[in-house]
This record gives sequence, C-alpha cells and structure tokens, in this order.
Amino acid sequence: MSRVLEVENLRVSFPAEGGHRVHAVDGVSFTLDRGEMLALVGESGCGKSLTSLALLRLVPGPGRIDPGGAIRLGDIDVLHLEGEPLRRIRGKRIGMIFQDPMTSLNPVFTVGDQISEGVRAHLPVSKREARDRALHLLQEVGIPDPVARLDAYPHQLSGGMRQRVMIAIALSAEPEILVADEPTTALDVTVQAQILEVLDRLRASHGMAVLLITHDLGIVAGRADRVAVMYAGQIVEEAPTPALFARPSHPYTQGLFASVPRLHGPVERLKPIGGSVPPPSAWPSGCRFRPRCPKAFDKCGAMPPLLPLEPAHRMRCWLAETERS
Amino acid sequence: MNPLLAAVRTAIRDPRGRAGLAFLAILALLTLVAPIFLPDPAAQPDPLGASNLPPSLMHLFGTDALSRDVLSRVVWGARVSLAIALLAVALSISLGALVGIAAGYFGGAVDSALMRLVDGALAVPRLFLLLLVLAVWEQIPVAMLVLFIGVTGWFGTSRLVRAEVLRIREESYVRAAEALGAPRRRIIFRHLLPNALGPLLVAATLGVGDVILVEAGLSFLGLGVQPPTPSWGGMILDAKSVLVTAPWNAIFPGLAILGTVIAANLFGDALRDAVDPRGA
Repeated sequence: MSRVLEVENLRVSFPAEGGHRVHAVDGVSFTLDRGEMLALVGESGCGKSLTSLALLRLVPGPGRIDPGGAIRLGDIDVLHLEGEPLRRIRGKRIGMIFQDPMTSLNPVFTVGDQISEGVRAHLPVSKREARDRALHLLQEVGIPDPVARLDAYPHQLSGGMRQRVMIAIALSAEPEILVADEPTTALDVTVQAQILEVLDRLRASHGMAVLLITHDLGIVAGRADRVAVMYAGQIVEEAPTPALFARPSHPYTQGLFASVPRLHGPVERLKPIGGSVPPPSAWPSGCRFRPRCPKAFDKCGAMPPLLPLEPAHRMRCWLAETERS
Repeated sequence: MNPLLAAVRTAIRDPRGRAGLAFLAILALLTLVAPIFLPDPAAQPDPLGASNLPPSLMHLFGTDALSRDVLSRVVWGARVSLAIALLAVALSISLGALVGIAAGYFGGAVDSALMRLVDGALAVPRLFLLLLVLAVWEQIPVAMLVLFIGVTGWFGTSRLVRAEVLRIREESYVRAAEALGAPRRRIIFRHLLPNALGPLLVAATLGVGDVILVEAGLSFLGLGVQPPTPSWGGMILDAKSVLVTAPWNAIFPGLAILGTVIAANLFGDALRDAVDPRGA
C-alpha cells in the first residue's frame, strides 16, 4: 500500500481572551493509504471539520495552523506552501466535498460551468474538452440525463443531485485524495445511501483515498477501512473498523455506541453521555474526557498519549495499560 | 446562455421591466429618428409671432420664448441627458465595484482605508462638491460633466458591493471554489462579482435616475449642459420666467425627467429579480 497522506501533530488555534490562543485541533496525526477510507468520527465541535479544512489550508481567520506539525503529500509539506504551488494542490491532489449541497454551488452558473471550472483550474484543456469531461463526470456520479443537466442551474436540482454534482466537481481534476466533510448530513436517508455508494464506487475504480468526516457511526460501519474517533480536538481512539465495532475501548467511544439504538439483542435504555463537549477554552487539564467519564481515576489528571491495545488499535486512555491484550 | 443575457430576457418578461425598458427604448429611438420629422431645435420659425405658443398640431408641445419647438428640444435634450447618465453611471458603477470588491475581499487595512475615504466623501453633499468643481469652468465641457458626476457617484455603491462581497465570501461555494484551487481572479470575477450583480444593477438604475436629476439640477443652475445645447434642466431654467403664462415650457421637460427616472427604476427592479435565479 502506498501512503498518500501523512498528517503529523496538526494543531489549529484561535485567539482567545487574555492574549493566549486556544487549540481547537490539538495534535492530530493520521495517515491515509491509496484506495483507503478513513472515517473521522466525532460530535460537532470536536474539531473534525477544522481538521479537514486545515488539510487544504482553508482554516477560516482568525484561526491559524500552528507551526510544528506537518501535512505531507508524498514529499510535499502542504504547510510550507504558499500562493501558486498551494493553489495547485487544492483540487488537484486533494478534492473536497462540503456538507451542504444547497449552498456549495454558485447559484448564477450552470452545473456544467462549475464542473468545467475545476477541470480548467488544473488541466490545460479547451472549453470544449472541459465540457466533455464535465459530461463524463456527471455520468460517473450517476446523474440521469447528464446532457440536459449540464445546462441546469443548481436551483433546478434536488439535494441529492446537487451533492452528486459536488462530487463531480471535487473529482474534476482527478485528485488522489477526496475529503468528504459530512457529505450526507443534509440529505434524506435513502439519498445518503446512494451518495455513499457513489463514493465507494469511485474509490474502487480510481484507487482514490477517502477521508470521511462524519458524526454518524452508522454510515461508517461496513464502509470505512479504519476509524478515528475525535474528542475535544484530539484523536481518542483509532482502529480498523471491524476492531472498533467489535471492541470499542475508549470510554468516550463506548459512550457513543451506547447512545445509538441497536436493532439486535435485548431492548435496553439508551445511555447518553452526560454533559456536552466543552468549548476549547474550557478544556480540562489532563484527559479531556475526564469530567464526563464514568471510569475516571487518579491517573486521568495527566494527559494520556495514544496507547496501543493491539498493533493497529490505539486509544488515548490510561485504561489501555490494563486492558491491553 | 450567458446568465446576464438570460436575466435581461427574464426582466423583459416582467411587466415592470417591459414598461420601463419600452419607455427608455422609445425615447432612445426618438432621439435617433427625430431629425427626420422634427424641426431643428435651434430653428426659430417665426421669431416675432411664434414665441410661447401653446401646444397645437403644428407644435405638439408648444414653443418657447425663442420660438423654438419644445418637442424637438425635449427629444434632443434626451440625447444629451441619456448619454451623460449612461456614461457617468458606467464610470461610477465600475469605480464602486472595484473599491467595494477590494475592500470586501482583501479586508484588513485595505478595507479600513477605503471605507474611511468613503465615509469622508459621503459627508460632503454631492451637489455641493460638483458646484465647487464645475465653477472653475466658464463653459463646462460635457466630458468634464460626465467625469465629475461619475467620480462623485460611487461612494454608496462601493459600500453596497463591499457588504455583498463580505456576505458572499462566507458562502460555501466560495470556499468550495477555493478548495478546488480556483485562482483568485476567478473567485473575484466568477463568484464574487456575478453574485453581487443584483445590488450593482439596482445601484446602476437608481444611479441613472440620480444622475438625470443631478444633471438637470446642475443645468438648471447653469452649471451643467451649456446653451444652446438643449437639456431638460436647462429648459426648465429658461421656462422659469414664463412659468405662469407658458407652463408647457417647464411641464414637458419635467415630465421627461420624471418618466425617464421612473422607467429606469422599474427596469432595474425587474432586472434585480431576474439576476437572482432563485427568484426573489
């Protein structure tokens, strides 16, 4: 497997009161191999969307990426790029799909125009060729009657169709990595499945690596190769999907699973996690989940590192020391 | 199809847009074909007996104190007024868009500097500014009139465009375009500018109305279009002394001003609705 992306110690900070900065993303590291799907799971406010924006250096001001980390695409470090070289990475090496297909398309241009824009931003093709490519992309993402849709305006399409168009745009320059930030959150359940299927198909046919950002464990199962669970700006558990579903280990991950209703087994009450994710300015010292954790003990006053449970299964919890198999 | 052309087409289907554009088109057409059937506005058919004649079949709008045909002068005046309005508005809209986009897109110090400049400029009444500048000339060249009306007309527009750019910049399609690696000029000219066209067009049409009023005001004060070139404001100035005895001298150019301003605004309203494909 060839590695296409390596994120190391990514930190994103915002200015806070009193002149210091709070870290909304605090030391996130992960890797992505060719053709692999990694799911980044977490509640809103955990820093997962910010992580995805940081990959393309699109952190909204006044936030900034702190020095000391790296985002490596092969031998290029995205954090060291500026201007034209940075522009050439965006869309060409990493494509991105956003959460809300209703607002992510420019209302005054046709679908064909907008797909062509991506093609022409990176490939030296004529307008005619860009349009042909746009047509091909629309076919690829499964849009019926693509010839007619090329000249449609966004408001003439349904949410599912627009998300397909967004995917087509993200694919326009054939990126090797696709970042999908909650691609199905704004869609009906039936349409969600279709969109995820499109992503799966493209991953298989293009060998594209996918970083799927979601808060929904349900869409992760059976799709992602690996899962990384985020809490309060950090990855708290990371494992191959089957391992995580078989043995969720971090108390936070266990809490997430306990708050999702199960279809099989005895009927139990859902156990929501008490409290809510604190904002970055109110993160406790030591383990950030400690105030909400039913298993907290003395040692949790110190921040645990990612500790291995199995070779590929790690969690940010001191319990790993006793639970290790 | 070019979205702007499509918008114009939609605007023409709108009854308001159709009425407004029809009025302006007829006026423009009249100014072109007028020489064929209207007497020369400078011609004085009968200097002794034909002054201040009331409207008749011979002179539909009557004649003025110098026995000139008022209809001819209203139509010739339209030529001057429309040309000045279109050119001055084109100038001020371009300046306003440029400054507004620069302030909104680049933000920070650029934004502060430009907007403080606009605040200062808006504190001085436009007519006062124009009077001050135009008083320099004895015979004001029309090109200077256009230049100064244009240069004093963009302040409000730049604020509108800036506000619009600030809003659009946060739209996810702009972020999506950035994520796609679209160059900065594409983001400005394909995403910011087209989506700011609505307010720009409204500003432009209101601007046409404004400029026609400003130019008429200046001409009425003798600081605009210089006689003997006919202008609506100048005609009303000439009519002042005979307002009671020969009111047609003032009524017809006045109606021309009113109609043109309303027509421009109606068309602008329709165009604004059409530019926004979501249909406001």
